[in-house]
Amino acid sequence: MSSVSVENVWKTYGRQTVLERVSFEVAPKSFVALVGPSGCGKSTFLRMLLGDEVPSKGRILIDGEPLMAEPSPERGVVFQKYSVFPHLTCLQNVMLGLEFAGAPRLGILFGRKRREAKEISRDMLQCVGLGAAENKYPSELSGGMQQRLAIAQALVKKPKILLLDEPFGALDPGIRAGVHEVLLRLWHETGMTVFMVTHDLSEAFKLGTRVIAFDRRRTRPEEAEAYGATITFDLPVHHPIPKPADVVLKEVQPIELKAAV
Amino acid sequence: MRRLINQQPSVLNSLLLAALPFALVLLAYAVASEARLSINPDDKLLPDWSTIEAAIIRMGFVADLRTGNFLLLEDTMASLQRLAIGVAVATVIGGLIGILQGLIPYARAMLANFTSVVAMVPPLAILPILFITFGLGELSKVVLIVVGIVPFIVRDLALRTSELPHEELIKAQTLGASTWQIILRVVLPQMLPRLIDSVRLSLGAAWLYLIAAEAIAAENGLGYRIFLMRRYLAMDVILPYVFWITFLAFTLDFILRVFQRVTFRWMYRGQA
Ligand SMILES: Nc1ncnc2c1ncn2[C@@H]1O[C@H](COP(=O)(O)OP(=O)(O)OP(=O)(O)O)[C@@H](O)[C@H]1O
Ligand SMILES: [Mg+2]
Repeated sequence: MSSVSVENVWKTYGRQTVLERVSFEVAPKSFVALVGPSGCGKSTFLRMLLGDEVPSKGRILIDGEPLMAEPSPERGVVFQKYSVFPHLTCLQNVMLGLEFAGAPRLGILFGRKRREAKEISRDMLQCVGLGAAENKYPSELSGGMQQRLAIAQALVKKPKILLLDEPFGALDPGIRAGVHEVLLRLWHETGMTVFMVTHDLSEAFKLGTRVIAFDRRRTRPEEAEAYGATITFDLPVHHPIPKPADVVLKEVQPIELKAAV
Repeated sequence: MRRLINQQPSVLNSLLLAALPFALVLLAYAVASEARLSINPDDKLLPDWSTIEAAIIRMGFVADLRTGNFLLLEDTMASLQRLAIGVAVATVIGGLIGILQGLIPYARAMLANFTSVVAMVPPLAILPILFITFGLGELSKVVLIVVGIVPFIVRDLALRTSELPHEELIKAQTLGASTWQIILRVVLPQMLPRLIDSVRLSLGAAWLYLIAAEAIAAENGLGYRIFLMRRYLAMDVILPYVFWITFLAFTLDFILRVFQRVTFRWMYRGQA
């Protein structure tokens, strides 16, 4: 339930500018879908929100406070791969966040606290439909189950902001719809602010309350290094899902933003 | 005719093929031994089976006249004890330093170059220093094993730790983990099976250093006995000892492998 403001953020690696002049405000409880061509800096942007990377210029505020420069429990994350720990069972994976909080020394809970943590984690697994798989290791799960586990693991910490980097890219459409439902339900229940990177426009419009696209405005090869991607359109989406025709119309007319001064 | 790379031997053929090199070596030995003994029955270089058998009984199953010990047992226990202590100490030290070096940038900045340089020091070259410093007793032999294999374990583990997906470390931080908790719950459990692999790979070197140290200064031990027997050209003792050492080394390796499989099932689940 946090607002996020991004103020004129730039990111450069060496001489290459990846992102430039990115500014926007996100209201609490938004579901922001980030889209854009491969390599335009979506993951880089997400990593900056996460605190894994620092903006080269500009700053990011959460609820008016500058963002902590390292990952913290208020920002949960689900990556496309390696989001869960291979050496822990489903239940242990979900419990881990609770154990970190409850046992600073050993990172392992005992006795009553352990039973309570188990209880909470079981409920969480139930929520994402993995109740029956609590003793399985991630390598024994399908891709969709692993991603649902990763969501459960992140949400047990009740993050204010959830960051998803192409979390469902590898899933087939049927399974994907199922995971979407789980995610939307949890989002409604918790009221967290969600940022999701996706390659799939229909997914972006189905889930997002707002769709933001990154792209490069200059495409000549000799300009590729000096100019980065920035926001090229920023659409509020009013659910129920707009008709495809509306979407297409808006897409062809990029909205000029105060950011792109 | 299919390509050679696509042809699989049947189970029976695999077994026969696996046995073939061993059989060939034994056969070659038998033929050569026969040939030498027929020229000179007192030849000691390639003793025949009955001589070897007598030596095995003498060393393994008859108490030594002077000490009342069974020599093979005494040597084996002495050597295994040195090896076990040396390898255990090296595992703990190597594991700790390796994980720190692989995970913590400050530790890497301090240690990475140092361990790469130390790894280049030939351990046998500093054996005299160890004897001078730690005396001729057990300590110097154990230290040689430790010094000999720690650099490898450190470097191997540091590499594997740094190969942990960056995403896992980020994820742990978003779950609220401190550096210490990350080491305890994320890195260490995933590095333990790798540490066992690393130890398995160092066992060959550990035996080498053990036998070298025993050859130079010891009162018992498998390496000591072999080098003692060399003075008498007692091939009938040396050959079974070599065979026994090989068997012990192979068994240790096997035990570690099984232990790893059983203890760290998560590594192997779902890979069928
Ligand atoms: N650590 C880094 N060092 C140097 N360049 C980097 C680094 N990380 C990303 N880049 C560059 O930044 C650009 C954007 O990368 P990023 O991973 O953010 O793209 P993306 O939009 O997520 O692409 P995709 O959709 O394919 O995942 C790329 O050109 C990449 O080469
Ligand atoms: Mg990406």
